[in-house]
Amino acid sequence: MALDKIFAVAGSALTAQTHRLNVTASNLANAESVTGPDGKPYRAKQVVFAVDPDSVDGNVQGVKVTDVVEDQSPLKRIHDPGNPAADQDGYVTMPNVDVVEEMVNMISASRAYQTNVDMMNTAKSLMAKTLQIGQS
Amino acid sequence: MIKGLDVALNFHTQALGVRAQRGEVLASNIANADTPNFQARDLDFGKALQSALDNASVVSAGAPLAASAVGHLPGKALAPANDAQLLYRTPQAASIDNNTVALDIERAKFADNALHYEANLTFLNGQIKALLSAIQG
Repeated sequence: MALDKIFAVAGSALTAQTHRLNVTASNLANAESVTGPDGKPYRAKQVVFAVDPDSVDGNVQGVKVTDVVEDQSPLKRIHDPGNPAADQDGYVTMPNVDVVEEMVNMISASRAYQTNVDMMNTAKSLMAKTLQIGQS
Repeated sequence: MIKGLDVALNFHTQALGVRAQRGEVLASNIANADTPNFQARDLDFGKALQSALDNASVVSAGAPLAASAVGHLPGKALAPANDAQLLYRTPQAASIDNNTVALDIERAKFADNALHYEANLTFLNGQIKALLSAIQG
């Protein structure tokens, strides 16, 4: 049956987009975290998508998250002498999370997720109708 | 007589197979809408259907049926679309990550393909009904 590959492909996309949404949530939650577990300010993380040839055969390909990379752009520095994390000049190093960019990422991931769910529903109803061939 | 039925239903059966195959390719495009360097693909439905009808792409399925008597028929399935049949979509606008998937176009094509698949099912059902009424009188 050919239509069932659609489930594998759309499923892989759902997993990948969920991963992206998770990373975006982490970035947004830590947009103001001046210290991470290693004592340094939080750095924004981004997922890397790649074609997953293992998921299905031939030219029908799913997607997978191959890596989660840290954003290497410079950290923000704000003047806040009252903050306990401030250095001797009164500057606090803040995470390099771009909140606007993360919101765009979030909307894009959720739209992509919805599209793939729609696709699965379409495939499901087509399969159900195929099962009814010749009946009634 | 069974062969006659087979021939009668062949066209829409092959068309359904090709529609399902195209649905997979479009699903793959939509799933990879955010993958850098992914090239959107599609198949020329007319040509793919023609080659399916010419039996050029009909091969034995992965798991062969055991034939213990001379009259047993071999199991056959539509061959997966090969590289030559799958074309690359011409992108409407270049993107910075070299991805050529236009999500709205792919979605429209997927919906169109699903509708044609349903139409095929309807035709097939109609044909079966016509044959049944011919048999039952």
